[in-house]
Amino acid sequence: MSSNNRKKLLLMGRSGSGKSSMRSIIFSNYSAFDTRRLGATIDVEHSHLRFLGNMTLNLWDCGGQDVFMENYFSQQKDHIFQMVQVLIHVFDVESQEVIKDIEIFTKALKQLKKYSPDAKIFVLLHKMDLVQRDKRQELFQIMMSKLQETSSAYGFPDLVGFPTSIWDESLYKAWSQIICSLIPNMATYQSNLKKLKSVMGAREIILFEKTTFLVICSSNTMSGELLDPKRFEKISNIMKNFKQSSMKLKSSFKTLVLNNTIYVSELSSNMMCFIVLNHSDDPKDLILENIKKAKAHFQ
Amino acid sequence: MNSEDNSDKATILLMGLRRGGKSSICKVVFHNMQPLDTLYLESTSNPTMEHFSTLIDLAVMELPGQLNYFEPNYDSERLFKSVGALVYVIDSQDEYMNALTNFAIIVEYAYKVNPDINIEVLIHKVDGLSEDFKVDTQRDIMQRTGEELLELGLDGVQVSFYLTSIFDHSIYEAFSRIVQKLVPELPFLENMLDNLVQHSKIEKCFLFDINSKIYVSTDSSPVDIVTYETCAEFVDVTIDLHDLYKIQGTEGAVTDSTSKKPPLEVKGVSALNNGVVIYLRQMIRGLALVALIRPDDTDVESCLTVVDYNVDIFKKGLEQVWAHARITSPEGK
Repeated sequence: MSSNNRKKLLLMGRSGSGKSSMRSIIFSNYSAFDTRRLGATIDVEHSHLRFLGNMTLNLWDCGGQDVFMENYFSQQKDHIFQMVQVLIHVFDVESQEVIKDIEIFTKALKQLKKYSPDAKIFVLLHKMDLVQRDKRQELFQIMMSKLQETSSAYGFPDLVGFPTSIWDESLYKAWSQIICSLIPNMATYQSNLKKLKSVMGAREIILFEKTTFLVICSSNTMSGELLDPKRFEKISNIMKNFKQSSMKLKSSFKTLVLNNTIYVSELSSNMMCFIVLNHSDDPKDLILENIKKAKAHFQ
Repeated sequence: MNSEDNSDKATILLMGLRRGGKSSICKVVFHNMQPLDTLYLESTSNPTMEHFSTLIDLAVMELPGQLNYFEPNYDSERLFKSVGALVYVIDSQDEYMNALTNFAIIVEYAYKVNPDINIEVLIHKVDGLSEDFKVDTQRDIMQRTGEELLELGLDGVQVSFYLTSIFDHSIYEAFSRIVQKLVPELPFLENMLDNLVQHSKIEKCFLFDINSKIYVSTDSSPVDIVTYETCAEFVDVTIDLHDLYKIQGTEGAVTDSTSKKPPLEVKGVSALNNGVVIYLRQMIRGLALVALIRPDDTDVESCLTVVDYNVDIFKKGLEQVWAHARITSPEGK
């Protein structure tokens, strides 16, 4: 069981495509601006992150220069590609050598097929902010259909792709979905959250992981309401900024109440809940009590 | 109405040599532009006005750097007479001797036409300088301006210097101080805030303009830049979260009664793990009060109730001051 909780994630892509920047923003509280100070990653950089208490993410950030790349596919292949749960392959949209990028992707797929055939594959088309707004969708479609084709040929038919940029909230969306695919007891969280929502008469409840502020799940599965479809990522982004600014006061943030309708609070040692109520006239004590009671179900 | 208004608006004149960063300052402070995007700004060739209303109506006028202003024509005389403050931007990463000569000439002229003018110097783009070098540059510039002005027989002129950069909060701080000099009600405001602070366990409070994050006033305890940054960021957080769920709410009810309801007052309270509470309440005219509260050993809830009550009174006071200012300002001119 305990070994099952260790997840190996490979973060691959060619040099300069922004792999380490992503990792630093999501897991090390860098701001997008800070990432320009990052140098090239030498060989593989490992980071071990505890996520939701019992899950450990082993993130293998693989330096993308050709010398290292060659090495991964020859000498180190069994070491690198064994027991992989997730491959996250990053493509730089500005890259001049798309053919070569895809070639390396296929090489990685080939090794995965051999060493860990049930790995999940995610591709990120990164640095989307450098493409004109009206061309982004089209570019993404073209690239995805090409990649889909390649990955199906190697026995990974359900490829998931995201357009990302470190300068907006798209990065959080992508990583939320990647991490969520690894959480085993998602259904429990989901049903508990539904119950909590009906008890509180809330408009929406969203569950976040505490350190990274990635979305774990939300209560609105069908989303019949007219809510901003990008709101999860935006909240992640806003709250993370706030977390950083509260760090300047040498503290961390505990609760936030906005207009008596939005409550953000700790739910367990590694989760935050974001509750939006329908009315602003519910007594505050009652709501806080409800949150306190809910804590027991999310340990 | 409009033409009269223009004349008694407090106007800030933003000047400097070309490529000193004047437009960037305007865009970053008043339009929330990302600092990196200002790299792509075009050169400004015509004087441009930014209107900006908070507690007072303010206009920031940006003059293109390449124009020759020390050949004063009629227009510039009228211009200098109508402004409350002259902000001169000096690029600290460039050779600034020319800028200083230019500045002295402008000051000489401005002072002759309008002796009441506030003269402010922004030593700009200091983000690239090391801490020691910043101090050196500032001292050097201050000394040289002093000499230049002495030569012109203007040694009595008060000049304030600010070290600024658009990549951190220093530009907001500097603008806050500049704007504050133009608010005639500032002593009252400060007093009112002091009173509020004294009676509500508040450590520090600011009156922010929500859009620009400039603070119009604060209590008389010293301003710590970190506290200022945290408070400014808290304004962002609350407004962003509020907008996220507010807009959708009205979208559903857009047909029936959006105009009838008064706009909801934004109020945000956040508790930190070390016991500090950050508190935000929307005030009149796009202002927001942001306070850092230290409840110490008392109960947070009761402390907040007291704060709420006091802030209500403070808000009423603000409304009265403003109503008063509205009546007297045309006569006072």
